[in-house]
Amino acid sequence: MAEGGAAVKQHLIDPEICIRCNTCEATCPVGAITHDEANYVVDPGTCKFCMDCVAPCPTGAIDHWLLVRAPFPVDAQFTWSELPAPAAESEDGARADALDEEAAALIAEAHARGGHARAPRSASQPRINLFTRDAPAIATLTGNYRITARDAESDVRHLILDFGTTPFPVLEGQSIGLLPPGTDAAGRPHLMRLYSVASARDGERPNTNNLALTVKRVAEPRPDGSIFRGVASNWLCDLERGAELRVVGPFGATFLMPDDTDADILMICTGTGSAPFRAFTEHRRRSAPHAKGRLHLFFGARTPQELPYFGPLQKVPRTILEQELVFSRLPGTPREYVQDRMRARADVVGDLLGRPATHLYVCGLRGLEAGVESALTDIAAAQALDWPALREAMRTDGRLHIETY
Amino acid sequence: MPDGMMVDYDGLIPNNVGLNQDARLRKALETWHPGYIDWWKQMGPEGFQENLVYLRTAVGVDPKGWAKFDYVRMPEYKWGILLAPAVEDRRIGFGAQKGEPAWQDVPGEYRAMLRRIIVIQGDTEPASVEQQRHLGATAPSLYDMRNLFQVNVEEGRHLWAMVYLLQKYFGRDGREEAEDLLRRRSGSQDSPRMLGAFNEATPDWLSFYMFTFFTDRDGKMQLEALAQSGFDPLSRTCRFMLTEEAHHMFVGETGVARIIERTCQAMRAAGIEDPGDSERVRALGVIDLPAVQRKMNLHFSLTLDLFGAEISTNAANLFNAGLKGRYREDKLTDDHVLRDATYPVLRCIDGAIVSEAAPALSALNMRLRDDYVADCQGGVGRWNKIIEKAGYDFRLTLPHVAFNRHIGEFTALPVDTEGRVLDAANWAARRDAMLPNADDAAYVASLMRPVSARGAYANWIAPPKVGIDNKPGDFEYVRIEE
Repeated sequence: MAEGGAAVKQHLIDPEICIRCNTCEATCPVGAITHDEANYVVDPGTCKFCMDCVAPCPTGAIDHWLLVRAPFPVDAQFTWSELPAPAAESEDGARADALDEEAAALIAEAHARGGHARAPRSASQPRINLFTRDAPAIATLTGNYRITARDAESDVRHLILDFGTTPFPVLEGQSIGLLPPGTDAAGRPHLMRLYSVASARDGERPNTNNLALTVKRVAEPRPDGSIFRGVASNWLCDLERGAELRVVGPFGATFLMPDDTDADILMICTGTGSAPFRAFTEHRRRSAPHAKGRLHLFFGARTPQELPYFGPLQKVPRTILEQELVFSRLPGTPREYVQDRMRARADVVGDLLGRPATHLYVCGLRGLEAGVESALTDIAAAQALDWPALREAMRTDGRLHIETY
Repeated sequence: MPDGMMVDYDGLIPNNVGLNQDARLRKALETWHPGYIDWWKQMGPEGFQENLVYLRTAVGVDPKGWAKFDYVRMPEYKWGILLAPAVEDRRIGFGAQKGEPAWQDVPGEYRAMLRRIIVIQGDTEPASVEQQRHLGATAPSLYDMRNLFQVNVEEGRHLWAMVYLLQKYFGRDGREEAEDLLRRRSGSQDSPRMLGAFNEATPDWLSFYMFTFFTDRDGKMQLEALAQSGFDPLSRTCRFMLTEEAHHMFVGETGVARIIERTCQAMRAAGIEDPGDSERVRALGVIDLPAVQRKMNLHFSLTLDLFGAEISTNAANLFNAGLKGRYREDKLTDDHVLRDATYPVLRCIDGAIVSEAAPALSALNMRLRDDYVADCQGGVGRWNKIIEKAGYDFRLTLPHVAFNRHIGEFTALPVDTEGRVLDAANWAARRDAMLPNADDAAYVASLMRPVSARGAYANWIAPPKVGIDNKPGDFEYVRIEE
């Protein structure tokens, strides 16, 4: 298992919290959980990380994951009266984003620039890895709507995936993995693609077992004049209603919204980076429309025609969401980018940065980061705030989240 | 997705039993529903009915759909009928008809017997809600208040589970029994609940934790035994209920554990070396360990009475008929028929307590009770670890099974907690050292003051180690101010 000293994640039960109710052992589909007179334990050689045992556990004792050099065998676990201390490299308070290597790598890449992220303190507990490449959930496509103007160059789609009778719990900010059918030129299965969920936890419509995704068709001209067409995005954008998709996940345990309705949320995005923020907004609108905390969105696109959800956004009242829609290619107008608008609203942004309940999220293309970072530095400075220090404080406090690609 | 896993949330009654395809049953349950809501409003938690409570609701019966957490007003909780997934080709696992296909309908010859056990199980569910209805007003924290209400709504759902079986399989009789379940009242002179322990008061939070540890654990044992039933709908119902019951065990075990932890902490801080020095301990505003021991003695002994007589032909008949098995029957390795087997039973003979071999079939209540005692012992051992860790010699112990009994072999026998038979005068003299006394009641009552600030806990109980749904310490589990 642990080769070359690499750390592995081990699933453990906290004997100080466990009440020995046997629910996990009765639930485990592969018989990985066993007990003696003292403890309930997970056999590291048998556990498949299917997470079936996690939700039914009444205590939370089952939800422990330790990075270890070599897994503790069952016999050692029987002797414990408390869990061993985490190894040095497992940062205290960190949660695993994904137990699937492929998804974990994708998420690590997307979060690379934010530093080691932590979930907001009041975020709901996410479920991860319920479905795997070997045993994916099957969803049916029940909607495929273009949400950029017909004549716009950018083709962005709002897709609705229905899970029928299969429970697929997600939180706003989490991602799901899609497995395109077929194989690549070398005959290998296509890589998993991760997409942020664009709908609230209780479904695209309340209490439906579906979710929405925001997918942009990738069609980029190459230097030789040909056009590169993304495998997954073109498959998805052309998919007809009724088609079945293989879905893996959910993934993501840090880029989540605070449940605390007093928290202000500052959201900065471009393009399909708006997906999680649509989800945040929907959840607030449904669950706490009169919340004390406010939502502020800085959203950039080239033109209104190319801004995903431009039409629907016009109908969201300001009491729910303060919107700053920013366009860089409006005819007859100087180019304006997200960071320019942030500077223009320095009073609002600065005020938010100074508040202890503000949560800041950045989502979009990687190029967005530098401009935003520089704007935040200046805006903070004007408030006599040191951005690098504040940034680090917000990060460790679970209030700073950056997801770029 | 296997058949029967889907929960239909569209109608009045969420269910995975195809209620929409069964017009008769649907009508019967929809007719019963308003009475249930009336009962809940009259006899459910007093106050807080309009507050948002952070509750879990099952949205599916497979592990993944199991627990959805959200703010809910209790009267709007989705009480539904949820059965564990069917096991293909399930067979009767014990008794005279062992190996035959499990019944999907009520076998005519066992109709009365089966109805009786369902009614008895069903009667305990609303009873405990009634017993606990005043506790919200004195909750030691929002966290504990939420746990109380979670237990209450799930006991309500367990009533639904039993009423479903009555309404679906027992026709007119079942309907009347379902009505009666709403008519009886815990502690009522005129129409009490059916079992003794469910007519006792739950006056304070220590009693509540003891009740959920000891008495809900009897519920767990009974459900485990009924989950083995050859009557498949009963088995599937009980299997799903067990997952919920685990939360109730959790509330009891950790509730008492947190009281013990806090007491030890306070004693250490005050430099108290003798946990038996109740006067000094009480001056700190925490609950002294001897008082905890006395409460344990009471709740343990009251609960043992729920197992019925040690020697019981009724229990033998239920087993023989394949209706009620032993605790985790499917994990046992004997012949599951028990025709010639014996089992040691404690008897009272000429005023002395002796062990005697009895036919195993007649001794099934005794056996279930023994399994129960072992299960309790595990929890008590974990409580003692807390005391040990704090460096005190004091240990909590389960009293002897003959202590303070009102049903079975040891009824009214003056036995002390060690199992020594006393004379009446001696028993009277020692009673207050063994069972909660008037001082205990007055002292514990004096501590029952509500604490409703976020993240705050009453002085006599330690905060939990982890929050519900992994929430942080200051999470607002119940929205008190809107």
